[in-house]
Amino acid sequence: MQSYEFGLYVFMLAAFLGFELVKRVSPLLHTPLMSLSNAISAIAVVGAILISGEKDASTLQRVLGFVAVVCATLNVVAGYLITDRMLKMFRKREPEKTK
Amino acid sequence: MIENVLPAIYLLASVGFILAVKWMNNPATARRGVIIGEIGMLLAVIGTLLRPEVVEYRWILVGLAIGSAIGAPLAYLMPMTAVPQLTALSHAFGALASALIGTAEYYKGEIPLGFPMGALVLESLLGFLTTTASIIAFAKLQELMPTRPMTYKGQNVVSLSMLTAAIVIGGWMVAAPAPTWAFPAFIALSMGFGIMLVIPIGGADMPTVIALLNSYAGVAAAAMGFVLNNRLLIIAGALNGSAGLILSIIMCKAMNRSFTNVLFGAFGQLAAAATGTVAQRPVRSATPDEAASILDSARSVIVIPGYGMAVAQAQHKIRELYDALTKRGIEVKFAIHPVAGRMPGHMNVLLAEADIPYDKLLEMDEINGDFPNTDVALVIGANDVVNPLARTDKTSPIYGTPILDADRARTVMVIKRSMSPGFAGIDNELYYMNNTLMLFGDAKNFVAGIVKELAGSH
Repeated sequence: MQSYEFGLYVFMLAAFLGFELVKRVSPLLHTPLMSLSNAISAIAVVGAILISGEKDASTLQRVLGFVAVVCATLNVVAGYLITDRMLKMFRKREPEKTK
Repeated sequence: MIENVLPAIYLLASVGFILAVKWMNNPATARRGVIIGEIGMLLAVIGTLLRPEVVEYRWILVGLAIGSAIGAPLAYLMPMTAVPQLTALSHAFGALASALIGTAEYYKGEIPLGFPMGALVLESLLGFLTTTASIIAFAKLQELMPTRPMTYKGQNVVSLSMLTAAIVIGGWMVAAPAPTWAFPAFIALSMGFGIMLVIPIGGADMPTVIALLNSYAGVAAAAMGFVLNNRLLIIAGALNGSAGLILSIIMCKAMNRSFTNVLFGAFGQLAAAATGTVAQRPVRSATPDEAASILDSARSVIVIPGYGMAVAQAQHKIRELYDALTKRGIEVKFAIHPVAGRMPGHMNVLLAEADIPYDKLLEMDEINGDFPNTDVALVIGANDVVNPLARTDKTSPIYGTPILDADRARTVMVIKRSMSPGFAGIDNELYYMNNTLMLFGDAKNFVAGIVKELAGSH
Protein backbone atom coordinates (compact mmCIF):
# COMPACT_ATOMS: atom_id res chain seq x y z
CA MET A 1 0.00 0.00 0.00
CA GLN A 2 2.91 2.27 0.77
CA SER A 3 3.97 2.45 -2.87
CA TYR A 4 0.52 3.64 -4.05
CA GLU A 5 0.59 6.38 -1.52
CA PHE A 6 4.04 7.37 -2.70
CA GLY A 7 2.82 7.22 -6.30
CA LEU A 8 -0.04 9.59 -5.49
CA TYR A 9 2.41 12.10 -4.04
CA VAL A 10 4.53 11.82 -7.17
CA PHE A 11 1.43 12.32 -9.31
CA MET A 12 0.32 15.37 -7.35
CA LEU A 13 3.73 17.02 -7.49
CA ALA A 14 4.19 16.29 -11.18
CA ALA A 15 0.72 17.65 -11.95
CA PHE A 16 1.45 20.90 -10.12
CA LEU A 17 4.81 21.16 -11.85
CA GLY A 18 3.04 20.63 -15.16
CA PHE A 19 0.59 23.43 -14.38
CA GLU A 20 3.36 25.84 -13.50
CA LEU A 21 5.43 24.98 -16.56
CA VAL A 22 2.58 25.01 -19.06
CA LYS A 23 1.21 28.29 -17.72
CA ARG A 24 4.45 29.93 -18.84
CA VAL A 25 4.23 28.64 -22.39
CA SER A 26 3.35 31.44 -24.77
CA PRO A 27 0.12 30.99 -26.75
CA LEU A 28 2.37 31.25 -29.78
CA LEU A 29 3.54 27.71 -29.10
CA HIS A 30 0.31 26.11 -27.94
CA THR A 31 0.05 23.81 -30.94
CA PRO A 32 3.63 22.47 -30.68
CA LEU A 33 3.15 22.18 -26.92
CA MET A 34 0.09 20.05 -27.49
CA SER A 35 1.82 17.75 -29.94
CA LEU A 36 4.84 17.51 -27.64
CA SER A 37 2.73 16.53 -24.68
CA ASN A 38 0.89 14.15 -26.97
CA ALA A 39 4.22 12.52 -27.74
CA ILE A 40 5.07 12.35 -24.05
CA SER A 41 1.76 10.65 -23.27
CA ALA A 42 2.97 7.87 -25.57
CA ILE A 43 5.13 6.84 -22.62
CA ALA A 44 2.51 4.09 -22.61
CA VAL A 45 5.08 2.39 -24.86
CA VAL A 46 6.83 1.34 -21.63
CA GLY A 47 3.74 -0.53 -20.48
CA ALA A 48 3.30 -2.00 -23.94
CA ILE A 49 6.84 -3.40 -23.95
CA LEU A 50 6.43 -4.84 -20.47
CA ILE A 51 3.17 -6.55 -21.38
CA SER A 52 4.31 -8.04 -24.65
CA GLY A 53 7.80 -9.02 -23.51
CA GLU A 54 6.80 -11.15 -20.54
CA LYS A 55 8.03 -14.69 -20.32
CA ASP A 56 4.83 -16.71 -20.03
CA ALA A 57 2.40 -14.38 -21.70
CA SER A 58 -0.81 -15.72 -23.16
CA THR A 59 -1.55 -15.30 -26.86
CA LEU A 60 -4.13 -12.63 -26.04
CA GLN A 61 -1.57 -10.74 -24.01
CA ARG A 62 1.02 -11.00 -26.80
CA VAL A 63 -1.42 -9.79 -29.44
CA LEU A 64 -2.73 -6.89 -27.35
CA GLY A 65 0.80 -5.99 -26.34
CA PHE A 66 2.02 -6.06 -29.93
CA VAL A 67 -0.80 -3.79 -31.14
CA ALA A 68 -0.13 -1.50 -28.19
CA VAL A 69 3.58 -1.30 -29.07
CA VAL A 70 2.70 -0.36 -32.66
CA CYS A 71 0.16 2.29 -31.58
CA ALA A 72 2.35 3.83 -28.89
CA THR A 73 5.40 3.92 -31.16
CA LEU A 74 3.36 5.57 -33.89
CA ASN A 75 2.24 8.14 -31.33
CA VAL A 76 5.82 8.77 -30.15
CA VAL A 77 7.30 9.10 -33.61
CA ALA A 78 4.51 11.15 -35.17
CA GLY A 79 4.26 13.36 -32.07
CA TYR A 80 7.93 14.28 -31.86
CA LEU A 81 8.49 14.67 -35.59
CA ILE A 82 5.50 16.92 -36.15
CA THR A 83 6.49 19.04 -33.14
CA ASP A 84 9.96 19.49 -34.52
CA ARG A 85 8.63 20.19 -37.99
CA MET A 86 6.43 22.95 -36.60
CA LEU A 87 9.11 24.47 -34.40
CA LYS A 88 11.52 24.66 -37.31
CA MET A 89 9.14 27.17 -38.87
CA PHE A 90 9.14 29.63 -36.00
CA ARG A 91 11.73 32.24 -36.86
CA LYS A 92 12.26 35.62 -35.40
CA ARG A 93 13.96 37.42 -38.23
CA GLU A 94 13.38 36.67 -41.83
CA PRO A 95 15.93 34.28 -43.25
CA GLU A 96 18.41 35.88 -45.62
CA LYS A 97 17.26 35.22 -49.13
CA THR A 98 19.20 35.77 -52.29
CA LYS A 99 17.34 38.33 -54.28
CA MET B 1 23.15 -5.10 -12.69
CA ILE B 2 20.36 -3.52 -14.71
CA GLU B 3 18.15 -3.43 -11.61
CA ASN B 4 20.53 -0.88 -10.12
CA VAL B 5 20.83 1.23 -13.25
CA LEU B 6 17.18 1.16 -14.26
CA PRO B 7 15.90 3.60 -11.61
CA ALA B 8 18.57 6.06 -12.76
CA ILE B 9 17.56 5.63 -16.40
CA TYR B 10 13.89 6.24 -15.57
CA LEU B 11 14.81 9.20 -13.42
CA LEU B 12 16.81 10.75 -16.27
CA ALA B 13 13.91 10.11 -18.64
CA SER B 14 11.58 11.97 -16.23
CA VAL B 15 14.00 14.89 -16.11
CA GLY B 16 14.02 14.86 -19.91
CA PHE B 17 10.23 15.18 -20.08
CA ILE B 18 10.12 17.94 -17.49
CA LEU B 19 12.80 19.93 -19.32
CA ALA B 20 11.02 19.31 -22.63
CA VAL B 21 7.87 20.99 -21.31
CA LYS B 22 9.85 23.72 -19.59
CA TRP B 23 11.80 24.66 -22.71
CA MET B 24 8.61 24.94 -24.71
CA ASN B 25 8.00 28.32 -23.08
CA ASN B 26 10.20 30.10 -25.59
CA PRO B 27 10.59 29.57 -29.34
CA ALA B 28 14.36 29.96 -28.91
CA THR B 29 14.65 26.92 -26.64
CA ALA B 30 11.69 24.90 -27.87
CA ARG B 31 13.59 22.75 -30.35
CA ARG B 32 16.08 21.87 -27.66
CA GLY B 33 13.04 20.81 -25.63
CA VAL B 34 11.96 18.40 -28.34
CA ILE B 35 15.42 16.85 -28.47
CA ILE B 36 15.60 16.35 -24.72
CA GLY B 37 12.10 14.90 -24.82
CA GLU B 38 13.18 12.47 -27.52
CA ILE B 39 16.22 11.47 -25.47
CA GLY B 40 13.94 10.93 -22.49
CA MET B 41 11.68 8.66 -24.52
CA LEU B 42 14.65 6.77 -25.94
CA LEU B 43 16.04 6.20 -22.45
CA ALA B 44 12.63 5.00 -21.26
CA VAL B 45 12.34 2.52 -24.14
CA ILE B 46 15.90 1.20 -23.86
CA GLY B 47 15.67 0.97 -20.09
CA THR B 48 12.46 -1.01 -20.36
CA LEU B 49 13.86 -3.33 -23.02
CA LEU B 50 16.78 -4.11 -20.71
CA ARG B 51 14.54 -5.13 -17.83
CA PRO B 52 15.03 -8.77 -16.85
CA GLU B 53 11.32 -9.56 -17.06
CA VAL B 54 11.31 -8.58 -20.74
CA VAL B 55 12.50 -11.72 -22.52
CA GLU B 56 10.51 -11.91 -25.74
CA TYR B 57 11.98 -9.29 -28.08
CA ARG B 58 10.94 -10.33 -31.54
CA TRP B 59 7.45 -8.87 -31.64
CA ILE B 60 8.42 -5.80 -29.67
CA LEU B 61 11.07 -4.90 -32.22
CA VAL B 62 8.68 -5.60 -35.09
CA GLY B 63 6.10 -3.39 -33.36
CA LEU B 64 8.58 -0.57 -32.83
CA ALA B 65 9.60 -0.79 -36.49
CA ILE B 66 6.02 -0.78 -37.80
CA GLY B 67 5.02 2.11 -35.54
CA SER B 68 7.97 4.19 -36.71
CA ALA B 69 7.40 3.25 -40.33
CA ILE B 70 3.83 4.57 -40.16
CA GLY B 71 4.44 7.49 -37.80
CA ALA B 72 7.34 9.13 -39.60
CA PRO B 73 5.74 9.55 -43.04
CA LEU B 74 2.51 10.62 -41.33
CA ALA B 75 4.35 13.45 -39.57
CA TYR B 76 6.26 14.53 -42.66
CA LEU B 77 3.65 14.18 -45.35
CA MET B 78 0.66 15.80 -43.65
CA PRO B 79 0.27 19.44 -44.70
CA MET B 80 0.53 22.01 -41.91
CA THR B 81 -3.16 22.83 -42.13
CA ALA B 82 -3.82 19.21 -41.17
CA VAL B 83 -1.99 19.46 -37.84
CA PRO B 84 -5.22 19.42 -35.80
CA GLN B 85 -6.44 16.17 -37.33
CA LEU B 86 -2.98 14.62 -37.13
CA THR B 87 -2.87 15.45 -33.43
CA ALA B 88 -6.32 13.94 -32.96
CA LEU B 89 -5.24 10.78 -34.77
CA SER B 90 -2.06 10.59 -32.74
CA HIS B 91 -4.14 10.91 -29.55
CA ALA B 92 -6.30 8.04 -30.72
CA PHE B 93 -3.30 5.74 -31.13
CA GLY B 94 -1.72 6.70 -27.81
CA ALA B 95 -4.99 6.22 -25.97
CA LEU B 96 -5.64 2.90 -27.70
CA ALA B 97 -2.23 1.70 -26.52
CA SER B 98 -3.14 2.56 -22.91
CA ALA B 99 -6.53 0.91 -23.27
CA LEU B 100 -5.12 -2.30 -24.74
CA ILE B 101 -2.47 -2.56 -22.03
CA GLY B 102 -5.22 -2.14 -19.45
CA THR B 103 -7.18 -4.92 -21.15
CA ALA B 104 -4.17 -7.23 -21.25
CA GLU B 105 -3.44 -6.57 -17.57
CA TYR B 106 -7.06 -7.27 -16.70
CA TYR B 107 -7.11 -10.64 -18.46
CA LYS B 108 -3.79 -11.59 -16.93
CA GLY B 109 -5.84 -11.64 -13.77
CA GLU B 110 -3.08 -10.65 -11.38
CA ILE B 111 -4.30 -7.17 -10.51
CA PRO B 112 -5.55 -7.08 -6.90
CA LEU B 113 -8.95 -5.61 -6.17
CA GLY B 114 -9.15 -2.15 -4.66
CA PHE B 115 -6.71 0.59 -5.57
CA PRO B 116 -4.74 -1.21 -8.33
CA MET B 117 -7.94 -2.36 -10.01
CA GLY B 118 -9.33 1.15 -9.65
CA ALA B 119 -6.33 2.52 -11.51
CA LEU B 120 -6.77 -0.13 -14.19
CA VAL B 121 -10.46 0.76 -14.57
CA LEU B 122 -9.59 4.45 -14.89
CA GLU B 123 -6.84 3.70 -17.39
CA SER B 124 -9.12 1.57 -19.55
CA LEU B 125 -12.09 3.95 -19.30
CA LEU B 126 -10.06 6.98 -20.34
CA GLY B 127 -8.09 4.97 -22.88
CA PHE B 128 -11.10 3.61 -24.71
CA LEU B 129 -13.19 6.75 -24.57
CA THR B 130 -10.28 8.91 -25.74
CA THR B 131 -9.67 6.49 -28.62
CA THR B 132 -13.18 6.74 -30.04
CA ALA B 133 -13.55 10.42 -29.18
CA SER B 134 -10.29 11.22 -30.97
CA ILE B 135 -11.31 9.21 -34.01
CA ILE B 136 -14.57 11.16 -34.22
CA ALA B 137 -12.65 14.42 -33.75
CA PHE B 138 -10.29 13.34 -36.52
CA ALA B 139 -13.21 12.51 -38.82
CA LYS B 140 -14.78 15.89 -38.16
CA LEU B 141 -11.55 17.81 -38.68
CA GLN B 142 -10.79 15.88 -41.85
CA GLU B 143 -14.39 16.56 -42.88
CA LEU B 144 -15.18 12.90 -43.28
CA MET B 145 -18.10 13.75 -41.02
CA PRO B 146 -20.20 16.92 -40.90
CA THR B 147 -18.35 19.51 -38.82
CA ARG B 148 -21.53 21.09 -37.50
CA PRO B 149 -22.72 19.90 -34.10
CA MET B 150 -24.98 16.87 -34.39
CA THR B 151 -27.57 16.97 -31.67
CA TYR B 152 -30.72 15.07 -30.90
CA LYS B 153 -33.25 15.09 -28.10
CA GLY B 154 -32.11 13.55 -24.85
CA GLN B 155 -28.52 13.45 -25.99
CA ASN B 156 -27.07 14.34 -22.62
CA VAL B 157 -29.23 11.73 -20.92
CA VAL B 158 -27.98 9.02 -23.28
CA SER B 159 -24.33 10.06 -22.96
CA LEU B 160 -24.41 10.43 -19.22
CA SER B 161 -26.21 7.12 -18.68
CA MET B 162 -23.55 5.38 -20.77
CA LEU B 163 -20.84 6.95 -18.65
CA THR B 164 -22.70 6.10 -15.44
CA ALA B 165 -23.18 2.48 -16.54
CA ALA B 166 -19.47 2.23 -17.38
CA ILE B 167 -18.54 3.65 -13.98
CA VAL B 168 -20.95 1.29 -12.17
CA ILE B 169 -19.46 -1.76 -13.90
CA GLY B 170 -16.00 -0.34 -13.23
CA GLY B 171 -16.86 0.04 -9.56
CA TRP B 172 -18.07 -3.54 -9.48
CA MET B 173 -14.77 -4.75 -10.93
CA VAL B 174 -12.90 -2.78 -8.27
CA ALA B 175 -14.97 -4.11 -5.38
CA ALA B 176 -15.44 -7.78 -6.26
CA PRO B 177 -14.50 -10.34 -8.92
CA ALA B 178 -16.83 -9.40 -11.76
CA PRO B 179 -18.48 -11.86 -14.18
CA THR B 180 -16.90 -12.45 -17.57
CA TRP B 181 -19.29 -10.16 -19.45
CA ALA B 182 -18.40 -7.18 -17.28
CA PHE B 183 -15.15 -6.12 -18.93
CA PRO B 184 -16.37 -6.35 -22.55
CA ALA B 185 -19.48 -4.39 -21.58
CA PHE B 186 -17.28 -1.85 -19.83
CA ILE B 187 -15.19 -1.47 -23.00
CA ALA B 188 -18.26 -1.05 -25.19
CA LEU B 189 -19.76 1.58 -22.89
CA SER B 190 -16.50 3.52 -22.65
CA MET B 191 -16.09 3.54 -26.41
CA GLY B 192 -19.72 4.49 -26.90
CA PHE B 193 -19.41 7.36 -24.46
CA GLY B 194 -16.33 8.59 -26.33
CA ILE B 195 -18.34 8.77 -29.53
CA MET B 196 -21.26 10.51 -27.80
CA LEU B 197 -18.87 13.02 -26.27
CA VAL B 198 -17.66 14.42 -29.58
CA ILE B 199 -20.66 13.92 -31.88
CA PRO B 200 -22.41 17.10 -30.63
CA ILE B 201 -19.29 19.23 -30.92
CA GLY B 202 -18.98 21.76 -33.69
CA GLY B 203 -15.80 22.69 -35.50
CA ALA B 204 -15.18 25.92 -33.60
CA ASP B 205 -15.19 24.09 -30.25
CA MET B 206 -12.52 21.66 -31.40
CA PRO B 207 -9.61 23.47 -29.68
CA THR B 208 -11.14 22.77 -26.27
CA VAL B 209 -11.93 19.17 -27.13
CA ILE B 210 -8.50 18.37 -28.49
CA ALA B 211 -6.91 19.86 -25.39
CA LEU B 212 -9.25 17.88 -23.16
CA LEU B 213 -8.56 14.61 -24.99
CA ASN B 214 -4.86 15.34 -24.61
CA SER B 215 -5.42 15.61 -20.89
CA TYR B 216 -7.39 12.33 -20.78
CA ALA B 217 -4.61 10.50 -22.61
CA GLY B 218 -2.16 11.80 -20.02
CA VAL B 219 -4.27 10.73 -17.07
CA ALA B 220 -4.70 7.30 -18.67
CA ALA B 221 -0.91 6.96 -18.88
CA ALA B 222 -0.55 8.05 -15.25
CA ALA B 223 -3.20 5.52 -14.18
CA MET B 224 -1.19 2.86 -16.00
CA GLY B 225 1.76 4.00 -13.93
CA PHE B 226 -0.22 3.10 -10.80
CA VAL B 227 -1.19 -0.30 -12.22
CA LEU B 228 2.40 -1.15 -13.17
CA ASN B 229 3.85 0.69 -10.17
CA ASN B 230 6.02 2.75 -12.49
CA ARG B 231 6.82 6.33 -11.46
CA LEU B 232 8.09 7.39 -14.86
CA LEU B 233 4.63 6.74 -16.29
CA ILE B 234 3.04 8.64 -13.40
CA ILE B 235 5.26 11.69 -13.96
CA ALA B 236 4.91 11.76 -17.75
CA GLY B 237 1.16 11.18 -17.52
CA ALA B 238 0.68 13.87 -14.88
CA LEU B 239 2.68 16.40 -16.91
CA ASN B 240 0.63 15.67 -19.96
CA GLY B 241 -2.64 15.57 -18.06
CA SER B 242 -2.07 19.00 -16.55
CA ALA B 243 -0.84 20.41 -19.87
CA GLY B 244 -4.04 19.33 -21.60
CA LEU B 245 -6.19 20.51 -18.72
CA ILE B 246 -4.65 23.97 -18.53
CA LEU B 247 -4.94 24.43 -22.30
CA SER B 248 -8.59 23.46 -22.25
CA ILE B 249 -9.19 25.90 -19.39
CA ILE B 250 -7.52 28.65 -21.45
CA MET B 251 -9.73 27.72 -24.42
CA CYS B 252 -12.83 27.76 -22.22
CA LYS B 253 -12.02 31.20 -20.89
CA ALA B 254 -11.48 32.45 -24.42
CA MET B 255 -14.95 31.25 -25.32
CA ASN B 256 -16.56 32.30 -22.07
CA ARG B 257 -17.66 28.77 -21.21
CA SER B 258 -17.64 27.28 -17.78
CA PHE B 259 -15.36 24.40 -17.06
CA THR B 260 -18.16 22.07 -15.94
CA ASN B 261 -19.66 22.68 -19.34
CA VAL B 262 -16.54 21.12 -20.81
CA LEU B 263 -16.25 18.23 -18.35
CA PHE B 264 -19.72 17.07 -19.21
CA GLY B 265 -19.04 17.45 -22.86
CA ALA B 266 -22.03 19.71 -23.35
CA PHE B 267 -20.48 21.69 -26.15
CA GLY B 268 -22.34 22.91 -29.12
CA GLN B 269 -25.43 23.78 -27.10
CA LEU B 270 -24.84 27.39 -27.93
CA ALA B 271 -24.94 26.81 -31.63
CA ALA B 272 -28.03 24.66 -31.39
CA ALA B 273 -29.83 27.27 -29.30
CA ALA B 274 -28.93 30.29 -31.37
CA THR B 275 -31.59 31.32 -33.81
CA GLY B 276 -30.48 32.19 -37.27
CA THR B 277 -32.63 35.27 -37.73
CA VAL B 278 -30.34 37.51 -39.69
CA ALA B 279 -31.88 40.71 -40.93
CA GLN B 280 -30.84 42.03 -44.30
CA ARG B 281 -28.96 45.22 -43.63
CA PRO B 282 -26.85 47.26 -46.01
CA VAL B 283 -23.08 46.88 -45.89
CA ARG B 284 -20.33 48.67 -47.74
CA SER B 285 -18.13 46.53 -49.92
CA ALA B 286 -14.91 47.17 -51.77
CA THR B 287 -12.81 45.67 -54.56
CA PRO B 288 -9.18 44.49 -54.29
CA ASP B 289 -7.82 47.71 -55.80
CA GLU B 290 -9.83 49.88 -53.40
CA ALA B 291 -8.59 47.74 -50.53
CA ALA B 292 -5.04 47.99 -51.84
CA SER B 293 -5.13 51.78 -51.98
CA ILE B 294 -6.49 51.99 -48.42
CA LEU B 295 -3.72 49.68 -47.21
CA ASP B 296 -1.17 51.66 -49.20
CA SER B 297 -2.05 54.88 -47.42
CA ALA B 298 -2.15 53.28 -43.97
CA ARG B 299 0.71 53.48 -41.51
CA SER B 300 -0.25 50.59 -39.29
CA VAL B 301 -2.17 47.44 -40.11
CA ILE B 302 -3.32 44.63 -37.85
CA VAL B 303 -4.28 41.37 -39.56
CA ILE B 304 -6.78 39.15 -37.74
CA PRO B 305 -6.69 35.62 -39.12
CA GLY B 306 -9.32 32.98 -38.41
CA TYR B 307 -10.19 29.48 -39.47
CA GLY B 308 -11.29 30.81 -42.85
CA MET B 309 -7.64 31.61 -43.57
CA ALA B 310 -6.71 27.97 -42.95
CA VAL B 311 -9.56 26.71 -45.13
CA ALA B 312 -8.56 28.98 -47.99
CA GLN B 313 -4.84 28.20 -47.44
CA ALA B 314 -4.31 31.94 -47.62
CA GLN B 315 -1.29 32.16 -45.29
CA HIS B 316 1.31 32.29 -48.06
CA LYS B 317 -0.53 35.07 -49.88
CA ILE B 318 -0.83 36.90 -46.58
CA ARG B 319 2.91 36.63 -46.25
CA GLU B 320 3.27 38.30 -49.66
CA LEU B 321 0.94 41.04 -48.49
CA TYR B 322 3.00 41.37 -45.33
CA ASP B 323 6.17 41.73 -47.41
CA ALA B 324 4.62 44.28 -49.76
CA LEU B 325 3.32 46.43 -46.90
CA THR B 326 6.46 46.14 -44.77
CA LYS B 327 8.55 47.21 -47.74
CA ARG B 328 6.50 50.41 -47.86
CA GLY B 329 7.33 51.09 -44.23
CA ILE B 330 3.87 50.13 -43.02
CA GLU B 331 3.82 48.42 -39.67
CA VAL B 332 2.03 45.07 -39.91
CA LYS B 333 1.09 42.97 -36.90
CA PHE B 334 -1.08 39.92 -36.43
CA ALA B 335 -3.70 39.58 -33.71
CA ILE B 336 -4.26 35.99 -32.66
CA HIS B 337 -7.36 35.06 -30.70
CA PRO B 338 -6.80 32.07 -28.39
CA VAL B 339 -9.48 29.97 -30.07
CA ALA B 340 -8.90 31.02 -33.67
CA GLY B 341 -8.67 27.85 -35.74
CA ARG B 342 -9.23 24.24 -34.82
CA MET B 343 -6.65 23.73 -32.11
CA PRO B 344 -4.86 25.92 -29.59
CA GLY B 345 -2.26 28.05 -31.37
CA HIS B 346 -3.34 26.87 -34.82
CA MET B 347 -2.99 30.29 -36.49
CA ASN B 348 0.54 30.80 -35.20
CA VAL B 349 1.70 27.57 -36.79
CA LEU B 350 0.18 28.43 -40.16
CA LEU B 351 1.64 31.94 -40.19
CA ALA B 352 5.01 30.62 -39.07
CA GLU B 353 4.82 28.11 -41.90
CA ALA B 354 4.42 31.05 -44.28
CA ASP B 355 7.64 32.50 -42.81
CA ILE B 356 6.06 35.38 -40.94
CA PRO B 357 8.39 36.23 -38.03
CA TYR B 358 6.82 35.12 -34.78
CA ASP B 359 7.46 38.38 -32.96
CA LYS B 360 4.76 39.89 -35.19
CA LEU B 361 2.17 37.42 -33.89
CA LEU B 362 0.56 38.93 -30.83
CA GLU B 363 -1.98 37.48 -28.46
CA MET B 364 -5.24 39.15 -27.57
CA ASP B 365 -4.23 40.91 -24.35
CA GLU B 366 -1.04 42.25 -25.89
CA ILE B 367 -2.63 43.78 -28.94
CA ASN B 368 -6.11 44.92 -27.94
CA GLY B 369 -4.77 48.25 -26.69
CA ASP B 370 -3.24 48.96 -30.10
CA PHE B 371 -6.44 48.91 -32.14
CA PRO B 372 -7.53 52.54 -31.48
CA ASN B 373 -4.19 53.70 -32.90
CA THR B 374 -4.32 51.42 -35.90
CA ASP B 375 -5.29 52.57 -39.36
CA VAL B 376 -6.57 49.30 -40.76
CA ALA B 377 -7.77 46.10 -39.11
CA LEU B 378 -7.87 43.41 -41.78
CA VAL B 379 -10.05 40.47 -40.74
CA ILE B 380 -9.36 37.32 -42.76
CA GLY B 381 -11.67 34.42 -42.14
CA ALA B 382 -12.46 35.30 -38.53
CA ASN B 383 -15.97 36.09 -37.37
CA ASP B 384 -17.26 35.50 -33.84
CA VAL B 385 -13.93 36.51 -32.26
CA VAL B 386 -14.33 40.07 -33.58
CA ASN B 387 -18.06 40.49 -32.92
CA PRO B 388 -18.56 43.65 -30.82
CA LEU B 389 -21.94 42.29 -29.64
CA ALA B 390 -19.91 40.20 -27.20
CA ARG B 391 -19.15 43.43 -25.35
CA THR B 392 -22.49 45.18 -25.60
CA ASP B 393 -25.47 42.87 -26.10
CA LYS B 394 -26.37 41.11 -22.87
CA THR B 395 -28.93 38.93 -24.64
CA SER B 396 -26.43 37.62 -27.15
CA PRO B 397 -25.25 34.04 -26.64
CA ILE B 398 -21.68 35.21 -27.06
CA TYR B 399 -22.01 38.04 -24.51
CA GLY B 400 -18.93 38.23 -22.30
CA THR B 401 -16.66 36.34 -24.67
CA PRO B 402 -13.31 38.12 -24.88
CA ILE B 403 -12.89 39.49 -28.40
CA LEU B 404 -10.30 41.28 -30.46
CA ASP B 405 -11.25 44.96 -30.63
CA ALA B 406 -11.10 45.18 -34.42
CA ASP B 407 -14.02 47.63 -34.42
CA ARG B 408 -11.85 50.23 -32.66
CA ALA B 409 -9.46 50.53 -35.60
CA ARG B 410 -9.95 53.52 -37.91
CA THR B 411 -10.88 51.34 -40.85
CA VAL B 412 -11.98 47.73 -40.71
CA MET B 413 -11.79 45.45 -43.73
CA VAL B 414 -13.30 42.00 -43.61
CA ILE B 415 -12.52 39.35 -46.20
CA LYS B 416 -15.43 36.95 -46.23
CA ARG B 417 -17.12 34.66 -48.69
CA SER B 418 -20.65 35.87 -48.01
CA MET B 419 -22.75 37.45 -45.30
CA SER B 420 -23.58 34.09 -43.69
CA PRO B 421 -23.23 34.15 -39.90
CA GLY B 422 -20.36 32.40 -38.17
CA PHE B 423 -20.27 29.32 -36.00
CA ALA B 424 -22.32 30.82 -33.19
CA GLY B 425 -25.09 31.54 -35.71
CA ILE B 426 -25.39 35.18 -34.81
CA ASP B 427 -25.05 38.31 -36.86
CA ASN B 428 -21.83 40.27 -36.58
CA GLU B 429 -22.36 43.93 -35.74
CA LEU B 430 -18.87 44.70 -37.04
CA TYR B 431 -19.97 44.25 -40.65
CA TYR B 432 -22.52 47.06 -40.49
CA MET B 433 -20.35 49.73 -38.96
CA ASN B 434 -19.65 52.91 -40.90
CA ASN B 435 -15.91 52.34 -40.95
CA THR B 436 -16.20 48.75 -42.14
CA LEU B 437 -15.62 47.58 -45.68
CA MET B 438 -16.63 44.08 -46.69
CA LEU B 439 -14.30 42.39 -49.15
CA PHE B 440 -16.33 39.54 -50.59
CA GLY B 441 -14.45 36.61 -52.01
CA ASP B 442 -12.12 33.73 -51.33
CA ALA B 443 -9.47 34.81 -48.82
CA LYS B 444 -6.55 33.54 -50.89
CA ASN B 445 -7.71 35.06 -54.17
CA PHE B 446 -8.68 38.35 -52.58
CA VAL B 447 -5.34 38.77 -50.82
CA ALA B 448 -3.61 37.82 -54.06
CA GLY B 449 -5.64 40.55 -55.79
CA ILE B 450 -4.56 43.14 -53.23
CA VAL B 451 -0.91 42.08 -53.55
CA LYS B 452 -1.11 42.42 -57.33
CA GLU B 453 -2.57 45.90 -57.06
CA LEU B 454 0.11 46.94 -54.60
CA ALA B 455 2.83 45.63 -56.90
CA GLY B 456 1.29 47.41 -59.89
CA SER B 457 0.98 50.78 -58.17
CA HIS B 458 4.69 51.00 -57.57
